[in-house]
Amino acid sequence: MSDQHLQARVASIIALGDDALVLGQRIGEWCGHAPTLELDLSLANLGLDLIGQATLFLNYAGELEGQGRNGDALAFRRDVYDFRNCLLVEQPNGDFGRTIVRQLLFSAYQRLLFESLAKSADSRLAEIAAKAVKEVSYHERLAADWVVRLGDGTEESHNRAKDGLAWNWRFVDELFAVDPAEAELLTAGLMVDRNALRAPWDRIIGTVLSDATLQIPPPVRGVVGGRTGRHSEHLGHMLSEMQFLQRAYPGASW
Amino acid sequence: MNAMVIDRADRIWAAIADVPDPEIPAITLLDLGVVRDVRVTSDGAGEILITPTYTGCPATIAIHAMVRTALDDAGLGDVQIRSILSPPWTTDWISDEGRAKLRAYGIAPPERGDGRGSLKEEGPAVCPQCNSSNTVEISRFGSTPCKALWKCQDCSEPFDRFKCI
Ligand SMILES: [Zn+2]
Repeated sequence: MSDQHLQARVASIIALGDDALVLGQRIGEWCGHAPTLELDLSLANLGLDLIGQATLFLNYAGELEGQGRNGDALAFRRDVYDFRNCLLVEQPNGDFGRTIVRQLLFSAYQRLLFESLAKSADSRLAEIAAKAVKEVSYHERLAADWVVRLGDGTEESHNRAKDGLAWNWRFVDELFAVDPAEAELLTAGLMVDRNALRAPWDRIIGTVLSDATLQIPPPVRGVVGGRTGRHSEHLGHMLSEMQFLQRAYPGASW
Repeated sequence: MNAMVIDRADRIWAAIADVPDPEIPAITLLDLGVVRDVRVTSDGAGEILITPTYTGCPATIAIHAMVRTALDDAGLGDVQIRSILSPPWTTDWISDEGRAKLRAYGIAPPERGDGRGSLKEEGPAVCPQCNSSNTVEISRFGSTPCKALWKCQDCSEPFDRFKCI
């Protein structure tokens, strides 16, 4: 395995882990603040699933990299420019409408991604994806139910869902963008061609939005940059809180 | 396989037989189906293969710690615990005895097989209190990752339902 090939593999696995880590952390911010107790439990559990997935991906990336970094080191001791998550997951939660629409957009993508990744030639990735896809199916269902409930609810809830959709839509294109550095990984069947997931994703989202009496937003110019470390200001603020303890007390454990 | 190896494996299984699930202590880890195998390694010590229920389940750490304690208590301190992901845990692995214990504890056990992969078609839960199927989901996620919150329309009792995965 060439150095370049190894680096590309590690980077793509870190991106999988970072998506889950950052969204898990975001969702966790709802804990104690969700509109109802049931939603509080749902969002906390959902965040927990994502953190669990992040742990598996980042630990594996660290092993593969072979520089002595484990999942914790990758999560707590990397600076914002080294994160490879997409911009969608780092956006502030906004209201519940915005949060749950984002969840639908992301979970539908993540489910399709993991279904394909479960067939990866990288057996470790395949088994993580096969495990995680079961959890993600639940996330997608929860989010879809709520988007329909809000969209097809009162005028107020409809407008909140609609605004949430409009806010999140500019970050969708990045989910399906293929990094040129991944070309070799695709040929080797190690990673998933995200581009191919767009059509089935459009169908899934189209059905849910139609049930929710919401329109697919008009095309917007997609905002990208997360996969190459060009993040919005929001990620830095999140990391300053998430990484505080390990920054202030390096290596602390209990 | 020689008799000594079988004896060793039996001892390991026996040592962990009563370890309860940390979140639902009414059932054991063996009922839950998370202990996938016990192997006697070439050095004669042995290892236990454990799979997590959910990737982020905080009980995973507690489970490993409890198994460790049970092994140590039985004088099997050299037995290793190994975490495996594949094949992924399914609620189909919960034993019949485990299902009966869950019901008695007030938790509706998961359906077998058919619930998996066709989550949308998951039917109503059977109330563990009065056996009615006239039930509704209150919350898809309950007090732990593995449970959803349901309510019986006949006896009005809320109850946990083991999610089918
Ligand atoms: Zn009842």
